[in-house]
Amino acid sequence: MSKVIAKNHAIVIPGDLLAEGPINFGEGIVKRNGEYYSSVVGLFQDKGDFIQVKALRGKYIPRPGDLVIGKVTEVSLTSWIVDIGSPYTAILSANNATEKRFDPIKDDARKIFDLGDIILTKIASFDRTRDPMLITNERGLGKLRGGRLIEIEASHIPRVIGKKGTMINMIKRLTRTQIITGQNGRIWVNGKKIEDELKAIQAITKIELEAHTQGLTDRIREMISEDQQ
Amino acid sequence: MAGDGTVKLIDEKGIRLDGRKADELRPVSIKIGVIKNANGSAEIRMGKNIIIAAVYGPRELHPKHRALADRALIQCFYRMSTFSVNDRKSPAPSRREKEISMVISNSLSSVVLTEKYPRTTIDVYLQVLQADGGTRTASLTAASVALADAGIPMKGLIASVAAGLINDQVVLDLFDIEDQKGSGDLPLGYCPVLDEISLLQLDGVFTVKQFEDSLNIAIKGAKDLYEIQRDALKQKYTDIRAEVEVPEKPKAEEPKVEPKVVPKPVLKVEKPKTEEPKPSEDDKREVE
Repeated sequence: MSKVIAKNHAIVIPGDLLAEGPINFGEGIVKRNGEYYSSVVGLFQDKGDFIQVKALRGKYIPRPGDLVIGKVTEVSLTSWIVDIGSPYTAILSANNATEKRFDPIKDDARKIFDLGDIILTKIASFDRTRDPMLITNERGLGKLRGGRLIEIEASHIPRVIGKKGTMINMIKRLTRTQIITGQNGRIWVNGKKIEDELKAIQAITKIELEAHTQGLTDRIREMISEDQQ
Repeated sequence: MAGDGTVKLIDEKGIRLDGRKADELRPVSIKIGVIKNANGSAEIRMGKNIIIAAVYGPRELHPKHRALADRALIQCFYRMSTFSVNDRKSPAPSRREKEISMVISNSLSSVVLTEKYPRTTIDVYLQVLQADGGTRTASLTAASVALADAGIPMKGLIASVAAGLINDQVVLDLFDIEDQKGSGDLPLGYCPVLDEISLLQLDGVFTVKQFEDSLNIAIKGAKDLYEIQRDALKQKYTDIRAEVEVPEKPKAEEPKVEPKVVPKPVLKVEKPKTEEPKPSEDDKREVE
């Protein structure tokens, strides 16, 4: 018999007893002697037959398929080293950078991505024993020009996007900006006016601060609408 | 370190020099998020002690050959500021500081789930701004809070406090004078969740009875300290919640209560349906 002890949406800390008996569990939980304990400071979520703890802080851990925003920190003859804000530095090999074949004799890696460039990229593979590999040869990926880059906690990105993108689409619409969210917590904002960009950033920072509260979409809508009047 | 026991540190009524009883902790306050650049941080004030703990990581380890293939390395850097004690402390890392750094990092390694971040390092910087005895235990207490604040997965927090002997009497949480003039001191790191001891040192001569009493009194003190650690970690988030959610709560509760009062199950289904399209219609209008 399984029994959930913690309250749904409660703030839990490492070592808090959450449930007993057989139950499916997700991230942020350790099992010990048939009891389930939280392993992080986070928001407890009880979904009936499934429990998990959403961490409120923490470094980004790469997952294959994630869209991330990185910064080129090193250029070599046939590859780039990219900082993606995780404990492991990512490698973008020249073969995965462009759709054309890369010839190290004719082509110059610096002409594709130079030091300090901000790139939108996808994680192709990562398994903790080796550093993550990136790709930019898919549609929509590549260098980001202009705009502003902000960094928030990676764990709050799902909240910024919202259910089926409701939150991010609302911000985009109300502030008339282009926004790209990287799963690693970096967000690129581009608008025609500086005020629009700043308003979008203000909204995103508010989401980060209040990520663990309820009814956030309504408050953000109110906040942006108020400013416009 | 231990004195000869000739100085009178506790009176007949069991009141110590700073007015505490034998089994009483110094006033403790813990605050998280004091260092904005760090991934996690905590400040502990325990009596006159002020210590800041800052956690960076998990991050890449340099030099790379020190990295462990299967888990993260925990590196602690315990430092006393030159101005933290009466006689200026030399800024060079002393033998004592290296020892304390090592025992704290070993102690933390027993609760942190290091295998989640192989090949990385978790750096814990502990800066003592003001020292008044028991800084190693206070540092460990702050370090475990800072690690939790950094979002690093752990089995549980470590609460740490010392017990000791003054005038042949067992007391909790020694301060500087008791540490120097007393006849023994027993720093303990204890994880209340696991019921495990992760740090135990001893200085001075104890009888078996005194040792057992000291251990029990220290474990009891650590359990009290754990409650303060827990509150410190939750405070930040519950404060934000209280600030933004309270004015909206009546609104959110009203529609929930109504369907429960109505006995017909048909209405239960209808009500949310009629309620839900309304905001979505508004949304559509805004789009247009």
